Amino acid sequence: MGRPFHQAMRAKPVRYLDHKVNIMSQSSLVSRLLSRRGVPLWRDVVVLQWAAQIVSAVLVFGFLAFFFSNVMQAAEARGLSLGFDFLDQASGFPLGESMIEYNPARTFGYAFLVGILNTLKVALIGIVFATLLGIAAALARLSSNWLVSKIASVYIEIIRNVPLLVQLFFWYFAVFQQLPAVKDSIEISGPIYISQRGLYMVWAEPTSTFGYWMIFVTAGIVLSGMLNLFLTRYQIRTGHTTYSVTTALIVLIALPVAGWFLVGASPLAKTVPVLAKFNYVGGLRLTPEFASLLIGLVVYTGAFIAEVVRAGILAVNKGQFEAARAVGLNQMQVLRLVVFPQALRVIIPPLISQYLNLTKNSSLAILIGYPDLFFVGRTIINQAGRAVPVFLLIMACYLFTSLTTSIIMNIYNRRVRLVER
Amino acid sequence: MKRITLSALLALLILVSMVLAACGTTEECPECPECPTCPEAGECPECPEVGAAVGTGVIFDAVMARGKVVCGSRTDLLGFGYLDESGKNIGFDIDLCRAVAVAMFNDPEAVEFVFLTAAERGPALQTGEIDLLSRNVTWTSSRDSQWGNFTTVMFYDGQGMMVPVDTGFTQIEDLDGATVCVTTGTTTEKNLADNFRQRNLEFTAVTFEDTSAVYSAYVDGRCDATTSDKSQLAAVREGFADPSAHFIMDLTMSKEPLTPAVPTGDDKWFDVVKTVMYLLINAEELGITSQNVDEMMNSDNVPVRRLLGVEGSFGQEDLGLAVDFGANVIRAVGNYGEVYDRYMGPNGDAFALPRGPNKLWTDGGLIYAPPLR
Repeated sequence: MGRPFHQAMRAKPVRYLDHKVNIMSQSSLVSRLLSRRGVPLWRDVVVLQWAAQIVSAVLVFGFLAFFFSNVMQAAEARGLSLGFDFLDQASGFPLGESMIEYNPARTFGYAFLVGILNTLKVALIGIVFATLLGIAAALARLSSNWLVSKIASVYIEIIRNVPLLVQLFFWYFAVFQQLPAVKDSIEISGPIYISQRGLYMVWAEPTSTFGYWMIFVTAGIVLSGMLNLFLTRYQIRTGHTTYSVTTALIVLIALPVAGWFLVGASPLAKTVPVLAKFNYVGGLRLTPEFASLLIGLVVYTGAFIAEVVRAGILAVNKGQFEAARAVGLNQMQVLRLVVFPQALRVIIPPLISQYLNLTKNSSLAILIGYPDLFFVGRTIINQAGRAVPVFLLIMACYLFTSLTTSIIMNIYNRRVRLVER
Repeated sequence: MKRITLSALLALLILVSMVLAACGTTEECPECPECPTCPEAGECPECPEVGAAVGTGVIFDAVMARGKVVCGSRTDLLGFGYLDESGKNIGFDIDLCRAVAVAMFNDPEAVEFVFLTAAERGPALQTGEIDLLSRNVTWTSSRDSQWGNFTTVMFYDGQGMMVPVDTGFTQIEDLDGATVCVTTGTTTEKNLADNFRQRNLEFTAVTFEDTSAVYSAYVDGRCDATTSDKSQLAAVREGFADPSAHFIMDLTMSKEPLTPAVPTGDDKWFDVVKTVMYLLINAEELGITSQNVDEMMNSDNVPVRRLLGVEGSFGQEDLGLAVDFGANVIRAVGNYGEVYDRYMGPNGDAFALPRGPNKLWTDGGLIYAPPLR
């Protein structure tokens, strides 16, 4: 940091000769007070950098404080309540579908939870299927078969260039609403019934012993995972073939099967949809609202993921393909063992933003009547008359979901990325 | 390091003093004592809105200064708020907005319409984005305390249920287990839940924010029934390909008093809008129509002369309105009965709906207004 300030002062004592010089030296005193190591403050890089930091910090906090106080003042002036107490009141409104037991006697907070779960449901299932569709479309577009490659190109180009909202309306009003009425449902053996009220199919319903059986299932998953890890490591260390995957699979299947018989009564019961007065009752029900949203999001995001995957594969040096083929790997092995591990480094970062897009785009559900987080939030705003707190809640939920997705994917990204020395 | 902290502190001090100096401009704003401490330059004229909780006349003055009434309404409900062939906004609710515009500016076009969905209308009123909400809003106590001030009931409605005729259903008990299409964010949505719960009936709701999506889903067969205010059901049925294929059940699931509302914070504006509504009703009661309003000026009936501003006063000056605003409103918009008949009368533009409870109290209905005097 150089010499301390007081030493610098001592090195050049100021002399007061006469009145004239006194004035001059006063001005030089000022310039010396405002300088460091002989450099004036306004030209000192360190000072300037600090000043820039402080100015930007003050501006940012000033803006935040301004908006915050603005909201508080406006809310007070207009008699808006900013508390969250209303979440305990009975909601009074029905919701089309819910993963947990819901009725209008439940609270606003509970209704909001239903919305969160519905969003998570469509986002998680959507991410899985969009990824599969995207990979398939990318491989198809890269295929040497002219027809397959052109079909994939047409799909990707059309879907990417039509707004998602238009596609959702298309799926809901032009596809699902045009299915036959519930009385004339299309029947597929199973039985599966498809009508404009949705898809009803045979399903398994948990019985009283389901909880005990789940212990066996969980144990099977955990044990097989550990076994696989251990045996693989053992094989790498010693070179002995351990059949790790086969052994793990046997454990994964054997434990739940054993549990099925050990718990006594069957843990799952078959439930078959039966046509009642208005709708099918029983079985698994997929509403057209959910189906339209899911298909819309999967098809739309799948097209973008396809391009991300294609870019990743094309980024792998051609020599890698040729070398892999030369050592005798077949087409599938080339992809699985050589190309994908390298392509993933390019794919993962843009893939994260596609996942986030899918989750956020699910808020368009409000237009086709699927009660997601945003839909329920809007309804609560209206029925409880509390816009600011509910919007804060909605934003916090999307932020939390997005950041969580981002963190998980970044951890994965760190694992697949090129190890640098 | 010490010196860096010193210079940092110095810079911070300079900044803080600059910010404080900027705040000093409050003194240039003597006409708005309610100003927050640090307004930006040029923001002062809006200050009264911040202090609206205590002021009277703030909305009124803002409307006067703007030269237009900002009216929250809709374009998608036949009879109440819709568009004619030339794209002009017409309807029962729209005419109420126009009546207020005539009272203020003697110009039925001095209105700026803001189109709101059912879910948007509450916040729009709460935040003062609109001066007047005339969008078939049901007056309820919680909305009155949360959204704004409700003026006076202009349309007595009740919630009904519509089903396709071929189902043969006539009462709500027939609908046990049915799927019902409904607009989200409405009283209808909650009444539906209440009614089914009271009767111990099951139902599944399919809700949309957009009213037209609700009826499109109903017509396509997504739902077994749809529910809304009876007037609204009558209106949308008229727009269906085959109106006679749909049946509105003879049951009233709730009271739906449709009432124009204004934001809180301005008693004067509240009074102006109420008085205009009373004027429409009183004019019908006194037999003043848009056709005979000029002849009526010469009438020797004192209440008529007072309403038209020829003799005496019913408080026009106190409201800050022209003495003859009553005559202007009736000439431009017509009385309550004329407005009703224009859209829903026997030869109405939208559909025919018997006035029922919306007859004047003198004819056995519920429409009643305090006297103008």
